[in-house]
Amino acid sequence: MANTMQFDLVSPEKRLASLEATQVQIPAAEGDMTAMPDHAPVITTLRPGLVKVTGADGSVTQFAVTGGFAEINGESTSVLAERAYVGEAESRSALEGFLEEARQRAVDADGDHKDVAEKFVADMVHLLEDME
Amino acid sequence: MPSLKDLKNRIDSVKSTRKITKAMQMVAAAKLRRAQDAAESARPYAERMGVVMSGLAASVGGSDSAPRLIAGTGNDQVQMLVVMTSERGLCGGFNSTIVRAARRKILELEASGKTVKIITVGKKGREQLKRDFGRYFVDHVDMGDVKRVGYDVAAAIAADLMTRYDAGEFDVCTIFYNKFVSVISQEPTVRQIIPATFDAPEEGAEADALYDYEPSEEGVLADLLPRGVSTQIFTALLENAASEEGARMSAMDNATRNAGEMIDKLTIVYNRSRQAVITNELIEIISGAEAL
Repeated sequence: MANTMQFDLVSPEKRLASLEATQVQIPAAEGDMTAMPDHAPVITTLRPGLVKVTGADGSVTQFAVTGGFAEINGESTSVLAERAYVGEAESRSALEGFLEEARQRAVDADGDHKDVAEKFVADMVHLLEDME
Repeated sequence: MPSLKDLKNRIDSVKSTRKITKAMQMVAAAKLRRAQDAAESARPYAERMGVVMSGLAASVGGSDSAPRLIAGTGNDQVQMLVVMTSERGLCGGFNSTIVRAARRKILELEASGKTVKIITVGKKGREQLKRDFGRYFVDHVDMGDVKRVGYDVAAAIAADLMTRYDAGEFDVCTIFYNKFVSVISQEPTVRQIIPATFDAPEEGAEADALYDYEPSEEGVLADLLPRGVSTQIFTALLENAASEEGARMSAMDNATRNAGEMIDKLTIVYNRSRQAVITNELIEIISGAEAL
């Protein structure tokens, strides 16, 4: 059994990370999940949260994502994130700005959209708390 | 016969034109490289997206519960055209090829009695379409302040389109842009993005269609489709940006070469007339001396 898999994090603008990983924790739409090598093939949507990647050498890298989807299969895990940030300082300020936008959208939205937007805001708040 | 002074001025002015076109060519070359890099780095995302979406669409698309973005509104009466052009001119046939493609499509739609709506991206296309089809304009996206084409620009356009689609403002959306083939060749491309169309999955791709979907196939698809629209618009914007610089670069290269040729020709005329003047003066002096 292979004990590493290929991990890719891509945003629409560029490939942010590509490395060998032993496990990847993903903020999936219905709860966090951790993918390890030989995971069953899954495609899932993401909620805003932190992607934690454990590299082959045991080092952990964190990425903040605001949504998108992940494709997991035995050999690889790809996270396609709409926006993703590496590193604490810049991602914090970027995310805070984004949260403001999301709040505004939640206020403007109605019906089903409102629930979705409010959940999104709640997830974002959690994300920011987790980063502290 | 222009005087020597006139010729001299003319040569100087063509020389300074050449300097400008040369500089523009070099700027375009540098920008082209950046635009190509951007298009290159956007490719992995778009490709993945395409693969996952077409797989999903193949399994869900046929059913009655298929989202409206795939199934369409069951109508194709109101056609939305998004025409992407550049903000600035001096880029050869770049804008006119897109406008020509759009014009052809509009006339075709008019002939078959459809309603046309146009959103223009970039000022140049708007100017060219305004006279004949100005009445169809519904919106304009100004790219003048956009230094670097980012995903947020595409996302904003896509969000606007989605709102209009949900409000039932149109049935079919088509985008027009130039696909970057090489520096000397850009291909005007017409692409329908709503309802979404997919490239047929390749042979053998069926094998990895065994994915579990979380929360559900429909849920994932509903989440992905709007992203798919933004991704396609983003790709189109990037291709367009690269094409624009490519077109400008070859247009400026031509202009530089033409200016060079013109300088050569003018220099020959200048030298000839200078010699003629000298000869004339000599003749005057000699015939004056002989008369004494």
